[in-house]
Amino acid sequence: MAYKRQIDRLPIPPKDATIHNVTCHYCIVGCGYKAYTWDRNKQGTLTDNAFGIDLSEQQGADGTWMAPSMYNVVKQNGKDVHLAVVPDHDCVVNSGLGSIRGARMAENRPSTVTGTQQQRLTDPMMWRYGVLQPTSWDDALDLVAQVTARVVTEGSEDDLVVSMFDHGGSAGGYENTWGTGKLYFESMKIKNCRIHNRPAYNSEVHSTRDMGVGELNYQYKDYELTDTIMIVGANPLETQTNLFLNHMVPGMRNGARVIFVEPRRTVSVNASEEVAGKDNVLHLQINTGTDMALFNAILTEIVAKGWVDKDFIANSTFQDGIAQAEDAGHPAALGSIEEAMKACTMSLDEAAGICGVDAADIAKAAAWIAEPKDGARRKCVTAYEKGIIWGNDNYRTIGALVNIALATGNVGREGGGVCRLGGHQEGYYRPSDAHVGRPATYVDQLLINGGGKIHHIWACDHYKTTLNASQFKRVHKKRSDMVKEAMDAAAGGTREDLINAIVDAVNKGGLFVVDVDIIDSQIGQNAHVVLAACESNEMNLTSMNGERRLRLSEKYMDPFGNSKPDCLIAAGIAQHMERVLNAMGKADYAAQFQGYDWMTEEDAFMDGYNKGNPEVTYERLRAMGNNGVLEPVVGFENGMLVGTERLYSNGEFGTGDKKARFCAAGWRGWQAEGKAEEQAKYKYWINNGRANIFWQSQFLDQDNDFIQDRFPFPFIEMNPADMADIGVGPGDLVEIHNANGATQAMVYPTATARRGETLMVFGSPAGSQGNVINPGVNELVLPDYKHTWADIRKISDAPATAKAISFKSKEYKSA
Amino acid sequence: MQTLLSGNLWEDYMSRCTKLVDVGRRQFLRGGSVAAAGLATAAVLPAAQAKAAPANAQVDYPSNRLANVADLTVNEPMDIEYPDADSPGALIKLGQAVEGGAGPDGDIVAFSTLCPHKGWLLAYNSADSTYNCPGHFSRFDVEAGGQQVWGHATQNLPQFTLRVDDKGDIFAEGASDLIFGRPSNVL
Repeated sequence: MAYKRQIDRLPIPPKDATIHNVTCHYCIVGCGYKAYTWDRNKQGTLTDNAFGIDLSEQQGADGTWMAPSMYNVVKQNGKDVHLAVVPDHDCVVNSGLGSIRGARMAENRPSTVTGTQQQRLTDPMMWRYGVLQPTSWDDALDLVAQVTARVVTEGSEDDLVVSMFDHGGSAGGYENTWGTGKLYFESMKIKNCRIHNRPAYNSEVHSTRDMGVGELNYQYKDYELTDTIMIVGANPLETQTNLFLNHMVPGMRNGARVIFVEPRRTVSVNASEEVAGKDNVLHLQINTGTDMALFNAILTEIVAKGWVDKDFIANSTFQDGIAQAEDAGHPAALGSIEEAMKACTMSLDEAAGICGVDAADIAKAAAWIAEPKDGARRKCVTAYEKGIIWGNDNYRTIGALVNIALATGNVGREGGGVCRLGGHQEGYYRPSDAHVGRPATYVDQLLINGGGKIHHIWACDHYKTTLNASQFKRVHKKRSDMVKEAMDAAAGGTREDLINAIVDAVNKGGLFVVDVDIIDSQIGQNAHVVLAACESNEMNLTSMNGERRLRLSEKYMDPFGNSKPDCLIAAGIAQHMERVLNAMGKADYAAQFQGYDWMTEEDAFMDGYNKGNPEVTYERLRAMGNNGVLEPVVGFENGMLVGTERLYSNGEFGTGDKKARFCAAGWRGWQAEGKAEEQAKYKYWINNGRANIFWQSQFLDQDNDFIQDRFPFPFIEMNPADMADIGVGPGDLVEIHNANGATQAMVYPTATARRGETLMVFGSPAGSQGNVINPGVNELVLPDYKHTWADIRKISDAPATAKAISFKSKEYKSA
Repeated sequence: MQTLLSGNLWEDYMSRCTKLVDVGRRQFLRGGSVAAAGLATAAVLPAAQAKAAPANAQVDYPSNRLANVADLTVNEPMDIEYPDADSPGALIKLGQAVEGGAGPDGDIVAFSTLCPHKGWLLAYNSADSTYNCPGHFSRFDVEAGGQQVWGHATQNLPQFTLRVDDKGDIFAEGASDLIFGRPSNVL
């Protein structure tokens, strides 16, 4: 039986409720919401309320409505207050639309009154007496600093391994990336570090940046002004929901055609067919991993037909052969279009054979992208995401796609752009990471191989978001257990005894683990010290969305318990490092940890982002509201921050000579090690993706009844004939297994899935797909998460909770 | 936000609505308040009479006769209005017992048909017994308690509590979730 909220009325925000600007802290789109807070003993009425509408009348479609998920009771300045977080009709990003994620922000707040999100951490914890015990900040930070200072001074900073988020929204943002960045890249020069969702500290889109084309160059309005929308390896209705509904759909209604490059039929394809009509949607359902061959054939066709933008190429792209040769840091050469075509030229028929689609459809795609319309440039927006970012041959594949946009002059112009769609919002502001090097260290492999002695983890959970996860977990647990045993043996002794025991253990192969998070994560089970962080709206947080829209999402409630913003935790570590190092007599090194006297997150913002962008302050951002300003900010006029609609609109690109480069993206089949062999050996392709209903690793949703009722186990989508082959029905639990490891999922029958092609949820806490992914990465250590093959066998019949749910098609079906 | 259905399509959808119970056809208007054009009967209480006493901890729902079991055809939803004329819903005999189903066969269910995402009127797909939103593509399974199969709503479809008397008359007497577009199910 479906989850029933059993709520038949809600408190009404009064007219004098306090209103706060909120940018949704989940996906990159960053929808605008308004948070209303008001005293516990006050309420509005049907006719006199904060929404300014007559609530005694039934509101019509698209009207203002506060769903039960948009309500909670939270602490504000120590007092319990009502909270409503409602989509903002005046925000141009979402125009009042809420997603299944963002419209639950209120109920996913920790509340001691309503009992929501009691999994949130309230206090630092330390491994003591065989368990993690709550403790004070001073006690926890002292141990972190004592052990860290000993290890990096007796050895080197390379003994400290750091996993740290680099995103905006959530608990990221300019404040917190600066706090961690200043600690690890300025006070120290940590090179063995990695990012929240991948095993190294690297860009996911090195090639487009090397080509001079930053990956977020358009604005969302371009979808409404274009002739063609090309979507590659992405499913925006599920993962950038209101970008699809509020910008792509209007674009289709204005006449835009849509091209999908995607092995899987998604709800985005279905919805686009509903809106634009099947004749205006071209789904190139390619063999997985063959995107580059397709792009090269499209480019070859465009060049052959003479549909290139000659003036743009002459004026804005590199002309003289090779600008950057292929080398260890550049998996393809970059240069002129002529140079690139030497590597990229591919016939329609050859690509059709590789990709498994009709040559005529490839030609059709080329025409939809580039055939001049009414004698002028055909406008085309190109959007891509994890399908190729976490796919085969990341560098060259993304380069091949950007080639098409450059050849047709579709960058920096109205109705154009070639952009990644994104996951989290962006919010990166750190000192230079040049010391990390390129290629960067494959950190997860370093840890597996016994490297590193201390592991600082900032809101990363490798258990759910790494490849070769089965082995990683075994080794990480074993190494951290060595330290736990040493700490247990030192129980009852002095602080010095404890530190000596830890240092001795890490010198024997153990790993001292410090985990900073908002919840008790899976990798946090290996931690010796846990530091409790808070999220956006429990602190002020600035981030930028997928069109570079910068907003301040305002604090409207207190951090839960004694938790703190990450930037202030980083400052605390730095201050304790300075004290400990001084006590060790290392005054010079200690001095490097000065400059963290921040009392608030705004202090961290002013120390970091504001120094590079002096026009931008909290006060000015607050005044810009939920529409914010498009970065880069170029001025402040008439009380408004002045932004940038599109990058490269002057035809100058992000290279030393301002000329964009083409990528010599030569097709070479499977790039990462072991993929071809695995494909030959196992029966099922185990693709992974995101689902509309969950946010990323489900860190909050794992404690949300509405969500867990819908999917009590993570699903694996399978063709019904494949299900018959292994004798399973809807809801049955299966094991997915190969030489890398094993994991589990609940079978969801999916008629549109091709035979032998399955899809699992990425990052699930109850069945990590990473367990079965091999360690293969590209030259720059980008993981190919998307390419895993395995066998599948039944574990059990559907558990009672799985039997009760719907297994119908996820595709909208009109009456 | 530009909507996906033009006014004409909306009228067209409404004209396809099947049986109406007890009361005259209602014209639901989009984008503003809903106007009830038909005659109210004793079965559908005017909003004023349905108002709960403010001191009560929970809303008092009206008991409204929706139909008789004999009026229902399997898998053909009957349009209803509950708890008042401004709240469209559907009464469906599924043909097989479901958890929470009412009637002699345990197969009668009733739901609000305003999408709990943005309040669009849902359309029934009889091929797989789902309600589908033409606005933003959400869909709900009436055979699984109104569970959202896929979509943007943050709750499942509000299900109406049914009672069937000895004569086979079906009454709605409550709702499981808040109905879109109102702060209280009984206004």
